[in-house]
Amino acid sequence: MTARMDNKFAALKAEGRPALVTYFMGGDPDYDTSLAIMKALPEAGADVIELGAPFSDPMADGPAIQLAGQRALKNGHSLKKTLDMARDFRKSDDTTPIVIMGYYNPIYIYGVDRFLDDALEAGIDGLIVVDLPAEMDDELCIPARRKDINFIRLTTPTTDEKRLPKVLTNTSGFVYYVSMTGITGSALPDPSKIAGAVERIKKSTDLPVCVGFGVKTAEHARLIGASADGVVVGTAIVNQVATSLDKEGRATADTVQSVATFVRGLATGVRSARLVAAE
Amino acid sequence: MNQTPKPNSFRSGPDEDGRFGIFGGRFVAETLMPLILDLQAEWEKAKTDPEFQAELQHLNTHYTGRPSPLYFAERLTAELGGAKIYFKRDELNHTGSHKINNCLGQILLAKRMGKSRIIAETGAGQHGVASATVAARFGLPCVVYMGATDVERQAPNVFRMKLLGAEVRPVISGHGTLKDAMNEALRDWVTNVDDTYYLIGTAAGPHPYPELVREFQSVIGKETREQMMAAEGRLPDMLVAAVGGGSNAIGLFHPFLDDESVRIVGVEAGGKGLDGEEHCASLTAGSPGVLHGNRTYLLQDGDGQIKEGHSISAGLDYPGIGPEHSWLKDIGRVEYVPIMDDEALAAFQMLTRTEGIIPALEPSHALAEVIKRAPKMDKDQIIVMNLCGRGDKDIFTVGKILGMGL
Repeated sequence: MTARMDNKFAALKAEGRPALVTYFMGGDPDYDTSLAIMKALPEAGADVIELGAPFSDPMADGPAIQLAGQRALKNGHSLKKTLDMARDFRKSDDTTPIVIMGYYNPIYIYGVDRFLDDALEAGIDGLIVVDLPAEMDDELCIPARRKDINFIRLTTPTTDEKRLPKVLTNTSGFVYYVSMTGITGSALPDPSKIAGAVERIKKSTDLPVCVGFGVKTAEHARLIGASADGVVVGTAIVNQVATSLDKEGRATADTVQSVATFVRGLATGVRSARLVAAE
Repeated sequence: MNQTPKPNSFRSGPDEDGRFGIFGGRFVAETLMPLILDLQAEWEKAKTDPEFQAELQHLNTHYTGRPSPLYFAERLTAELGGAKIYFKRDELNHTGSHKINNCLGQILLAKRMGKSRIIAETGAGQHGVASATVAARFGLPCVVYMGATDVERQAPNVFRMKLLGAEVRPVISGHGTLKDAMNEALRDWVTNVDDTYYLIGTAAGPHPYPELVREFQSVIGKETREQMMAAEGRLPDMLVAAVGGGSNAIGLFHPFLDDESVRIVGVEAGGKGLDGEEHCASLTAGSPGVLHGNRTYLLQDGDGQIKEGHSISAGLDYPGIGPEHSWLKDIGRVEYVPIMDDEALAAFQMLTRTEGIIPALEPSHALAEVIKRAPKMDKDQIIVMNLCGRGDKDIFTVGKILGMGL
């Protein structure tokens, strides 16, 4: 639903700081560990949760997220279980917005209408579907908006002035600015260039603009958060999970804790972003 | 889909959004969307530009060696005792397959767009070799993504690409076959948006690729039409071609789609049989889904995860199919059938011995279907099969299976 997302960004605006948007892969490395990670995120300082839905062929993702998806699928994860996870999370948290991020085919096979009904019932607030550009809005974006689920669109350095209005037209919740041309987990470009791009997008929309791809450290989060309404961290969190696993790829006692500690660091970065900017 | 009314023409697709019925489309990340729109704009200009067409035709004639012959296979026809069998001999093209037809067209587009770097994906290596060839011819650097499994089983083609100056990047993600190579090529493209042209090898991917690849390959069908009229004074009764992604098949089929008297058969890789997982018959055994920029028939599980295919032929080893084939199947204009590994292998050997032609394993699938059908047809009927590639690359695979050391 859209209210949870709007309320969250309104509260953050009042607080005068950017959002920390955290991505993790649902089902990585197993359902229970992954759910525990999800529950730990808000407490560690995450404001919005991107719940990754694994896909066999993630063409916009780097190796870290590809492997995380493979671990999840190998353990029997599915889109249905991704929704189950959100439903379980909602039993103890009814305020943190949840955005499902993934690719279209699993949703298409699930059935768009049935998926939207189940997602709404599971407490999903928005969708980011990488391989559905504005040209394909009839597929999922417009049906989702009709059911009051946000459709968050990616804008990229290749989205020029002429194209931007088309990309923004049916976008809701927030705008996700991809900091670079590339895949998830690449190196972060010059923050000043990103700030310029964020300014450009903000001239065309009242929606919050969050920046992702390449944000790996608390310092990155602080620099990006100075101009953006939110900072998205994904690969670096997924890497925390990966490095905590044992040789067989199973969770260890450290898995949830190492993610939580890392996110707490990011949260500190985000919370100091505007203080520095104001100096 | 059986209720879909038949269109006035089967040759008018895709629509402006790249759709063939429900199939096709542009399912790509936003980063790539402006690039695909640029390509479409350039393609629209090129296809009506006489200079572009003239340059392509010149290269087809003097570089590739077109037109390829339409050959009456007299001994095979006698042996099977039914319909007259003709081969469209695209295996005689420079580089040994039909892939060069598409590569020449696309590299001319890349040149028009001012791109300075070529990337491609390849399965069997035929498209990789053709891409490396045209990149060498036009002096552009070329990176070919190839699944690590395929790099191993298609060593001669890897060597050819390297000789031609291309960089072959083995892809270890996934299962290391064609679909993983395509994922990796897309990742490269999304990273190098300014200077790079993605030369897709089959009539699949986001619009406008299925259309432009079809147009560059349609030279096969157009020539066949003229040559058949010259040889027999009439159209053939049946066309047969192998379908992996489906570029050689759509190239032969498309100019004949509106000729009702011509039956058209596409042959998929049945692998070790459709009961198990080891096949690539996405049209016969798959279902519609979205992968690599288009909606089409795919091999997938109930969660929409894409399965790995299997075929004796690396060129057919892909869990999808070009979107136009999906549409032609659903409206019933083209019949699609599977052929198993062992049937293809038997056909490979039969052609070698009756006609002195070593075919690639891909058209060996089409040939196996011809071997089934020709004896049941009248002697005055005519089949044209697209012999789309030569078998030099496959002698190691076949030798291993037949237990003959090389």
